[in-house]
Amino acid sequence: MIAILDYGLGNLGSISNMLKVIGEKCKITNNVEIIRRADGIILPGVGAFDAGMNKLIDSGIADVIKDEANRGKPILGICLGMQLLGTRSEEGTLPGLSLIPFECKKFSFEDKSLKIPHMGWDIVEFKQHHPLLDGLSGLQRYYFVHSYYAVCEDQDNVLMTCDYGIEFTCSVVKDNVMGVQFHPEKSHDFGLGLLSNFVKICNHNNV
Amino acid sequence: MFNRPRIIPTLLIDDRDLIKTVQFGKRTYLGDPVNAVKIFNRKRIDELSILDIGATKNHKEPDYEILKDIASEAFMPLSYGGGITNLDQVQELLKIGYEKVVLNSAFVRNPELVTKSAELFGSQSIVASIDAKKTNSDYKCFISDGVEETKWNPVDLAREAERLGAGEIIINSIDNDGMMNGYDINLVKSVADVVSIPVIAIGGAGGIKDLKEVLQDGHAHAAAGGSMFVYYGKLRAVLITAPSEDELTAAGIYNC
Repeated sequence: MIAILDYGLGNLGSISNMLKVIGEKCKITNNVEIIRRADGIILPGVGAFDAGMNKLIDSGIADVIKDEANRGKPILGICLGMQLLGTRSEEGTLPGLSLIPFECKKFSFEDKSLKIPHMGWDIVEFKQHHPLLDGLSGLQRYYFVHSYYAVCEDQDNVLMTCDYGIEFTCSVVKDNVMGVQFHPEKSHDFGLGLLSNFVKICNHNNV
Repeated sequence: MFNRPRIIPTLLIDDRDLIKTVQFGKRTYLGDPVNAVKIFNRKRIDELSILDIGATKNHKEPDYEILKDIASEAFMPLSYGGGITNLDQVQELLKIGYEKVVLNSAFVRNPELVTKSAELFGSQSIVASIDAKKTNSDYKCFISDGVEETKWNPVDLAREAERLGAGEIIINSIDNDGMMNGYDINLVKSVADVVSIPVIAIGGAGGIKDLKEVLQDGHAHAAAGGSMFVYYGKLRAVLITAPSEDELTAAGIYNC
């Protein structure tokens, strides 16, 4: 069972719809016991960085996420949920969950035809082998909506990149903690493949 | 043009029926919306927009039940418009699987809803929709499914939408709706050139060349349509359809 964290922000319904197609049980929850029992955790999120951190703290699940991550439970952050895995963001003043050493910067382009947010479908490039990407071959296209992007301290944490004005990190990884800037739950069978891999990772993990 | 502009089928529903209009008037019943969404999902379309054109006129809330059924079949970005008047409705729609809400009547009648929604849920979730109609020498904007004239012209209303915090604008030509003779390029361009947020053009798309024209010459960021995604051939046989990846690439619309 995958726990989809409900802290008042995010496209929870879409993620559970896709997990249903995959055939994995999931619970949309902020209940600490259920989160601890889950085989894996998805941290969704849409909106501003500080609003997200505040809601995670207020709902009492920020510490649970950190504990479970440190115990080795697979965690996948999506969109703002990925950004919250880092240390900080230009968008806010609060520290992030600091599970992966990266910070988020805002896009800024001389070329005004490059609109912000980066909204639409884009091709990604894999930067390392990882079970999250198993069997995904050919051009992989995902749906993005974001104005901030991750900058990793250590290239070992860069899982995928994308090109929008600049090459930027669109997926991060450190041990059992993973994050994607795009929305797999809104990316047809490309996203279905990636989320299926995350489910496999969760079900082969004994934490 | 952008690397991969979005092509967005837009489905009109009224009382749970899938319908299509001509110039916001004459209606044709097309079938079951959930079934249409399943087909669009298989065709891997870029994005889907669902507009309930009866909701505001009939003072109804969004029909969450059918909207949930639609969202459970749609693994692509989804937007919804129709009958939205308050923040709770915006929150509920985002929760059940719609990334974006489309505000048309509410955006003119209650501009604060745009600002407050953008603050709470982010600009990217708020789409301001502008329905414009040619008058003698100019354009006027209409709300409530085209029946209520406003004091606004589309250029000023687009600027106002951006100022209020909308993340995208849909510019719709009432005159070209359902005609399948091409977009109103001047109208789209006049709006796209004065705002820095993405502009989605709708109204008049009959085929791939129209999509390309509005993206290139109309400076639209995305091209939406109704009839061309639900009809086939001159006699307008009902067929849920969308240009393929290969067709759009060959036409030079997709460049990645």
